[in-house]
Amino acid sequence: MEIVGQLQKQFVDFTTSLYREGILDGQFVELQKLQDESTPDFVCELVSEYFQDSEKILTNLTTALQQQVVNFKVVDDHVHQFKGSSSSMGALRVRNMCIAFKSLCEEKNLDGCLRCLQQLKHEFYLVKNKWETLFRLERQILEAGGAVPFVDYRFY
Amino acid sequence: MAGEMAGNSTKKKISALVVDDDRLVRRIHGMLLTRFGMETNAVENGKEAVDLFASGKCYDLVFMDMEMPIMDGLKATQALREMGVSSTIVGVTSRTQEGETQAFMEAGLDACWEKPLTRDGIISLLDQVAKKLL
Repeated sequence: MEIVGQLQKQFVDFTTSLYREGILDGQFVELQKLQDESTPDFVCELVSEYFQDSEKILTNLTTALQQQVVNFKVVDDHVHQFKGSSSSMGALRVRNMCIAFKSLCEEKNLDGCLRCLQQLKHEFYLVKNKWETLFRLERQILEAGGAVPFVDYRFY
Repeated sequence: MAGEMAGNSTKKKISALVVDDDRLVRRIHGMLLTRFGMETNAVENGKEAVDLFASGKCYDLVFMDMEMPIMDGLKATQALREMGVSSTIVGVTSRTQEGETQAFMEAGLDACWEKPLTRDGIISLLDQVAKKLL
């Protein structure tokens, strides 16, 4: 199989796995549909902004949970923000972890929140890594002279 | 285009305002509405939205986030309705429990949706807005 074909297959297989494993959901497909020739970097720019914003939120969460007297309303506000941006980006597992985190905030369960924060960081860095791989594969296809296949999540 | 209306010899675009403190959401929702052919603007909080209407600007559709600094969506919606704004105002929030959104609805929303905005939701709105404008 020629190089472009191989890269395209690799891209399709990789993207498929992201939906199958629940790392991304259909919202990411909707974002891709918003991208066109006039806005070729739209999705990449959004993802990059999401990374920046998320790092800040995770830092704020870490700080908030390290306070002598933890203000769970403040923690919940940060988690709520993270849930909203993750939903908008299609980062399903991050969003779901935020939902679990919010329940722990309501219970004022500090140990649970600290454990959840670690899990949340894990899920975020996982999706970050996956997205970076995805964009790298896209660049390789384009550099090889091919077109990036559109993967419809509904089939997976 | 879905967000445009034919009228005489000119087409009027439906105008939409995205009110959200999250820049990602403003960008995504703004792009989605633009793709539907709407003329779109975005502001970061409820006060900016109220100030825009107070300055004489008007939007057919307002997508109002619930929680924002300076002025939240609930207060902004109340303020707009008290000013006599009859635009279609849709609350958009990550809060999904009925109790959490009831007060928001009672502030004067036409509808309250969970984030993010979807194509189907926008299509259902466009029909209502178009009838209002005719």
